[in-house]
Amino acid sequence: MIGFATRRLLQALIVMLVVALLAFTMFRFVGDPINQMVGIETSIEDREALRERLGLNDPIAIQFVRFITKAAQFDFGTSYQFQQPVSDLFAKRIPATLELSFASAMFALIVGIPMGIYAGLNRDSAISKLFLSVSLVGISLPTFFIGILLIFLFSVTLQWLPSFGRGETVQIGSWWTTGFLTVSGLKALILPSITLGLYQMTLIMRLIRAEMLEVIRTDYIKFAKARGLPDRLVNFRHALKNTLVPVITITGLQLGAIIAFATITETVFQWPGMGLMFLQAVQNVDIPIMSAYLLLTAFLFVAINFIVDILYFFIDPRLRVGRP
Amino acid sequence: MKTKTMFMAAAIAAAGTVSSVQAETLKFSFQGTLNALDPYSLNETFTLSALGNAYEGLTRRGADLQIEPALAERWEIVEPNRWRFFLRKGVKFHNGNDFTADDVAFSVERVRSEGSDLTTRVPADAKIEIVDDYTVDFVLSGPNPILHYEWDTFYIMDKEWTEANNAAKVTSASDTTANYAALNANGTGPFKITSHEAGVQTKYEKHAGWWDEAQHNLDGVEFTPIGSDATRVAALLSGEMDMVYPIPVQDIKRINDNSGTVALTGPELRTIFLGMDQMRDELIYSDVKGKNPFKDARVRKAFYQAINIEAIKQKVMRNLATPSAIMISPFMFSKAGDFQRYPYDPDASKALLAEAGYADGFTVGMDCPNDRYVNDEAICQAVAAMLARVGVKVDLNAQPKAKYFAKILASGGYDTSFYLLGWTPGSFDSYNVLSNLMNCRDETGAGSPFNNGGWCDEKVDSLTGQILSEIDPAKRDDMIAEAYKITHDNVYYIPLHQQGLAWGVADNVDLVQRADNQFHFRFVTKN
Repeated sequence: MIGFATRRLLQALIVMLVVALLAFTMFRFVGDPINQMVGIETSIEDREALRERLGLNDPIAIQFVRFITKAAQFDFGTSYQFQQPVSDLFAKRIPATLELSFASAMFALIVGIPMGIYAGLNRDSAISKLFLSVSLVGISLPTFFIGILLIFLFSVTLQWLPSFGRGETVQIGSWWTTGFLTVSGLKALILPSITLGLYQMTLIMRLIRAEMLEVIRTDYIKFAKARGLPDRLVNFRHALKNTLVPVITITGLQLGAIIAFATITETVFQWPGMGLMFLQAVQNVDIPIMSAYLLLTAFLFVAINFIVDILYFFIDPRLRVGRP
Repeated sequence: MKTKTMFMAAAIAAAGTVSSVQAETLKFSFQGTLNALDPYSLNETFTLSALGNAYEGLTRRGADLQIEPALAERWEIVEPNRWRFFLRKGVKFHNGNDFTADDVAFSVERVRSEGSDLTTRVPADAKIEIVDDYTVDFVLSGPNPILHYEWDTFYIMDKEWTEANNAAKVTSASDTTANYAALNANGTGPFKITSHEAGVQTKYEKHAGWWDEAQHNLDGVEFTPIGSDATRVAALLSGEMDMVYPIPVQDIKRINDNSGTVALTGPELRTIFLGMDQMRDELIYSDVKGKNPFKDARVRKAFYQAINIEAIKQKVMRNLATPSAIMISPFMFSKAGDFQRYPYDPDASKALLAEAGYADGFTVGMDCPNDRYVNDEAICQAVAAMLARVGVKVDLNAQPKAKYFAKILASGGYDTSFYLLGWTPGSFDSYNVLSNLMNCRDETGAGSPFNNGGWCDEKVDSLTGQILSEIDPAKRDDMIAEAYKITHDNVYYIPLHQQGLAWGVADNVDLVQRADNQFHFRFVTKN
């Protein structure tokens, strides 16, 4: 177990370094940051002076080493647009993204799992077919389109829910803000969570359905039924439990995806999280924010994969045997 | 009895007013963010406009853009090179400090210091002399009739406050720690900024001790940036926002059709135009080798006459544009009416091309932004289609502004053959247009940094020099007109139009839409 964990950690470190290098090379192609930082009438001399002060004239290798050394100490520099330390900006934005991701993951699980079980157990019923068609919509429609559709239905036409922002937030401790404690905060969460979680919900539903269909056909379920165990026990204790291994893998990976790819949803709903900040940073060639975001995302994926690997040990006894 | 009734009526009326005088908060949204609050860190319209509600300059511009006294009560030119400003007495900053000549002198030095993006507000060689607490002199190296034209956005900061908070250095991206002035504001304006989270929300509160009589009836203002056009429009339609800008031209009808909202449109100052490389001996992006077709005025005129500006106005801009014959908005130049566009005439265009030796046309690459100006990419596509009709094949390269400007401006080595650009002179004056877009430049851009096509006309250069120091307005305007006439006759540029402004406003809000696209809360009333 320890050896396994160490190996994984080493791999993770290499992944992070490669991501940093890739990200850094990419920034040379997104445009000139200086043009976004000054007014159009700013003279060429002033632009060059700024470029020099920011160290953008140094060779790429030197810039990269400087970036990595500072990043290792959690110093990501100063944002070109906001002119504030990047770490401060992220600290302010992280709660918004995590709360949104949590809410949409909950939505995906709480709605997706029961739908999946139902569709798996009653594969020919009309409701199951409805679920499947709905899930097709969830998988095939692009996120921004669903978001705008929801806004026009629930904000503009019905005027039930807000079309943008987080509503009122409550400060907890020195750096966490939450929208879970106010009515407007909760209302503001509904549309973005559905938009962000819809894809994951359909994925989980289809996955559970497929796994259930598979498991129900196996011998041990048939035997359990033959022994006269009640349906509830067979379906939930024996069948469902055995469908969960792939579901946990996917959920874990998808949680990373939710956090990392909340960018579109956050942009549509002007949700003040990291994703929105990242997209604005790309438009304005704000290299410090972009690099910090990419590293953070890579870190999230690596961490989640690591946790999922460890979780297997606890769910699947077969992995525990035969491994050091 | 009668007095009693009148008293009752007065009481009812008073009660009525009391209930309508509840706290009015204006909620508005813009597509971009308000970044640092430091008034010298970014020379950009929205930033200056948002900060202009909290900070004030020596002058300000009214609803019709006329220069008005603000922190300076009046000013006079005592000698040709010496301007005297008489400061307003009794003005207080938001923190209670008095506004004096020291603050002006401090601001002048700070705005010209390293890291400031507004260094040109005060000429580098101008000296400031404090005569007394409420009088300052600016000593110039030569006459300059437009010294104060941009001072409505040169905001005066409080010396004591700035120094006490270690913010004397202008906020810059090369800072390693957050600058106090980037996160806090202390001006003399009608509103104070009470909270600012960059990119998320900025809150303003009425400044009760403002020196001027308030026209507005607001107690507070909340600004939220909304980047997505659809969401911004939705926020207005659903009543969550009182005002949003800009709105996409294609949504104007929808906003007008909705009860409770109206789209406010008007001409903006920015001129959109096409430029051509007239400097290189061979175009970078063209199939014509060994020579540069744009060096031939006939080719440039052929391009001009191939463009159906009315079609662009109606189809691409949905009528929200004013076709222009010169490179400046008629708001800013009294003789603009003397100029006429060359008529749209594809046959004349073909004839001109044939005369210049390109009867079969040629291919040219065109650079275009796709997220900078109103429908910029669509304009370029329309131009490409129109040029195709006269035989010129355009390879369009439309890209986001971050990449576009990096390619076509000095920092990218003016890597373009044919491009679309927009220009608003921040000073509201033609000198800015002439010196930035119309003078000769070298390869690095020295001389006229935004003359991307690099054309050079000595007569325009010498006129520009004279215009800078000519004090007599009538003579000055004649010289400007002459410079524009040379540009027009030689088709050094192809002006297209002044794009329009479009703001979405709730019916219960009254405001002033200034043609410079600045939004000032002091003109707003909300019922």
